[in-house]
Amino acid sequence: MERTAQDYKKGQPRWCPGCGDHFFLASFHKALAEIGVAPSDIAVISGIGCSSRLPHYMATYGMNTIHGRAAAIATGTKVANPHLSVWQVSGDGDGLAIGGNHFIHANRRNIDINIVLLNNRIYGLTKGQYSPTSPRGFVSKSSPYGTVEDPFRPAELCFGARGHFFARAVATDAPGTIEVLKAAHAHKGTAVCEILQNCVIFNNGTHDSVYDKAGREHNAIYVRHGEPLVFGPNKEYGLVQDGFGLKRVEIGRDGYTIDDILVHDAHAADNTLQLKLALMGDGDGFPVALGVIRDVEAPTYDEAVMAQLAEVSAAKKYHTFAELLETNDVWEVK
Amino acid sequence: MLPRSPTGRKAYLCSRTGCSKSLKDTNITNQTYMAEHLDIQELEQVVVRFSGDSGDGMQLAGNIFSTVSATVGNSISTFPDYPADIRAPQGSLTGVSGFQVHIGAGKVYTPGDLADVLVCMNAAALKTQLRYAKPDATIIVDIDACQQKDLERAAFATDDPIAELGIDSDRVVACHLTTMVKDALSDSGMDQKSMLKCRNMFALGLVCWLFDRDLEVAYAFIREKFARKPAVAEANIKVIQAGYDFGHNTHSTANNVRRIESREKVPGRYMDITGNKATAYGLIAAAERAGLKLYLGSYPITPATDILHELAKHKSLGVTTVQCEDEISGCASALGASFAGALAVTSTSGPGICLKSEAMNLAVIMELPLVVIDVQRGGPATGLPTKSEQTDLLQVLFGRNGESPMPVLAALSPTDCFDAAYDAARIALEHMTPVVLLTDAFVANGSAAFRLPDLNEYPEIHPHYVPEELRGTWTPYQRDPETGARYWAVPGREGFTHILGGLEKDNATGAISTNPENHDLMTRLRAEKVARISVPDLEVQGDKDDAELLIVGFGSTYGHLHAAMDELRAQGHKVALAQFRYINPLPANTAEVLRRYPRVVVAEQNCGQLAAYLRMRIDGFAPEQYNEVKGQPFVVSELTSYLTQQLGR
Repeated sequence: MERTAQDYKKGQPRWCPGCGDHFFLASFHKALAEIGVAPSDIAVISGIGCSSRLPHYMATYGMNTIHGRAAAIATGTKVANPHLSVWQVSGDGDGLAIGGNHFIHANRRNIDINIVLLNNRIYGLTKGQYSPTSPRGFVSKSSPYGTVEDPFRPAELCFGARGHFFARAVATDAPGTIEVLKAAHAHKGTAVCEILQNCVIFNNGTHDSVYDKAGREHNAIYVRHGEPLVFGPNKEYGLVQDGFGLKRVEIGRDGYTIDDILVHDAHAADNTLQLKLALMGDGDGFPVALGVIRDVEAPTYDEAVMAQLAEVSAAKKYHTFAELLETNDVWEVK
Repeated sequence: MLPRSPTGRKAYLCSRTGCSKSLKDTNITNQTYMAEHLDIQELEQVVVRFSGDSGDGMQLAGNIFSTVSATVGNSISTFPDYPADIRAPQGSLTGVSGFQVHIGAGKVYTPGDLADVLVCMNAAALKTQLRYAKPDATIIVDIDACQQKDLERAAFATDDPIAELGIDSDRVVACHLTTMVKDALSDSGMDQKSMLKCRNMFALGLVCWLFDRDLEVAYAFIREKFARKPAVAEANIKVIQAGYDFGHNTHSTANNVRRIESREKVPGRYMDITGNKATAYGLIAAAERAGLKLYLGSYPITPATDILHELAKHKSLGVTTVQCEDEISGCASALGASFAGALAVTSTSGPGICLKSEAMNLAVIMELPLVVIDVQRGGPATGLPTKSEQTDLLQVLFGRNGESPMPVLAALSPTDCFDAAYDAARIALEHMTPVVLLTDAFVANGSAAFRLPDLNEYPEIHPHYVPEELRGTWTPYQRDPETGARYWAVPGREGFTHILGGLEKDNATGAISTNPENHDLMTRLRAEKVARISVPDLEVQGDKDDAELLIVGFGSTYGHLHAAMDELRAQGHKVALAQFRYINPLPANTAEVLRRYPRVVVAEQNCGQLAAYLRMRIDGFAPEQYNEVKGQPFVVSELTSYLTQQLGR
């Protein structure tokens, strides 16, 4: 059945004009239409925060729950009904601060949910405090003299928790976002999609280097499995392995040809180079990696739960409560 | 020197009851055979307490003895009293583990105040457990475990612990238990360590002799438990027999050998069940009757973990258990499962409730079915993890932000955990609400004979699904006109997509709303829905027409309060008991019952939480209070002496 973005749309979003969430929402509707799952087979589950309002704008099943618990709630929903396509939508505070524990354990278990992490590096709904992704020294209402702590880097946290899928897109980049969301849906297991999203009110410009197309031409690299890691307006730059790290080179200079350039392997089980790609762009002279950085097949929690239910069920002789009673030591009193 | 086993005393030994050899489907009759030249002392009831190191297997010995007794139709009530340490230093005072069982010819309501027989597997047990024995109790002690080193560990000052504790040596059976175990197993080829693991079975055998229990039932239990290790099973059986023979040969009892003949038998097929297992079974039964999959989200916590253990076994019944990363996730994931259409449950104890409160509150506003099991333990904070209290009552009633009404039930006994869990699930599914079931360490770990239930005798459960005819017009907060419950639209069903959440919603449209009138209305509708849940009337037992004093309690103190009432009535007092099982909503006749009697005592294991709640709900209600927070069950004799004073006022 042919579906359109309209089939997934509901209501009038209440985010600030220019908020990155608007861009993401439009891409999400389009991505779901392209994926084609029936709206009634989708559950969109969020926590609390600006971006967590998103389920209200979906014509699917959904819950806008409590702060930080979306991953835990989504886990229960998916285990109880693995047939559903389950999407968690969280901000950086909801997903990585108060919800950090659930985030890492979802990744560890590899439950088949898609986690959309809308990262604007700020607490918007509470009007401008630093978040766990704000850079060290970040000045906000709750850190007037700058923060004295390092941020989480979502990919690092995902990989550290044995995550098998990590992708990144910029909210304003519709094709990039749709591509990432479709890949997340196709991936079986926890799929983390970090969406770089701008808060126009409290942290305007945080992703400026890649927020528009021109910026991305210079400061981002689109990674695609099986393709060389090249970037720049004319794809004139590339990445090569250099000792234990990566090096940015110009093709045709210093003897580097396209054949020297690393070919992206999102399916490699060893996440070493994928992590290096994911961490690029933090003022280190490297471009920000966009696209599917890691996408590795692994057993999923929900499938394993179902398989074990079936396996044990086949092996055991009791399948009703009355039969269960008989497995005990029973005596009769006359 | 320790006293030797008294011998030459008159022995009273009776024969077996007519119990068949297999434990499964055993046919018990009342028939008994009198052995020659043996007298029998018939006892109405007896309390036995096994005690030893936490690694000595006292719980197992106690369990087998209980099962053997229940098998002949005796009423039983058990109380495992174990330390928080898994394996405290051997022989230390803090590492003593006890298992008390009360056996009765008629109905027993409690594990008993004080023991008639106390088994002490070492010096530390003797020292710490003596306080749980009656002044004339028979005390069985392993002298081999009362050597110099053991006495030092147990902080005895002299080398004669019996004299030091002032125990009359005539009532002590001091035997070389360890030596006899080793002797019994000398040709088994077992190593020393494995042999010592069987010590508990010697004590079991001796107690079985003392109470004329059928060893075949114990053997069947052992063979089943060690089905995969037949050699271990046979070694244990040999030691049970050795203990039994020791009793027989030496007539080693300081008092009498006794038998507890069963009366008031309710015919039927029975099994032994703990409160936690009964809770798990109640949930399984409810899921089956509701036609739903059972989902448990949980995080291990004493004393609730056995519910997780039990449910994790039963995948062939479609039960899914998720051991979550924390208590929060246990409850939150259950709520997610509820949204997806499962019978969702989370199990915990007080400290876990603190963490689950937020998701419980979300369940209140989303109006989704959820069963929250709180197996209460001593608090606050970590408190007394292995001990029992009733101190979470006000927490589960009121411990959430906002107006957050939630039905609360409290199970009365280990077997009542089954009915209460079934009922909690039924209420949750039919009224679209989270429900709290309160049990506690005492009922959760205690056990009793459980008459196998026939589910057809239980009410049907009808989950409150959206009827098909509402397709097209349905909104998420549309309510059943009778119960006030909203309808359940489960994801996957086309035509009923909707959003729930923690933000207040418009009653008519289900959209987010901050409208003041709407919030006021929604608050009242949620409260009204809970208030309209129909619960049975509060039952008054005892002298319901003319009691001078009404005892009031809730949940697990039922047995102790009932026993206290029985005793007072036996003394000629007019006393009644009203035990609350449904706490929110309260039974409709609550005020009438509480006002009917000249004097009311609310007795509970907290500082007056039920009394405070009843005072709040019942205008002018001013009861006397009996409160105890010791982590131990009530002591019936203490209750009766307090109540007698009240009666005399």
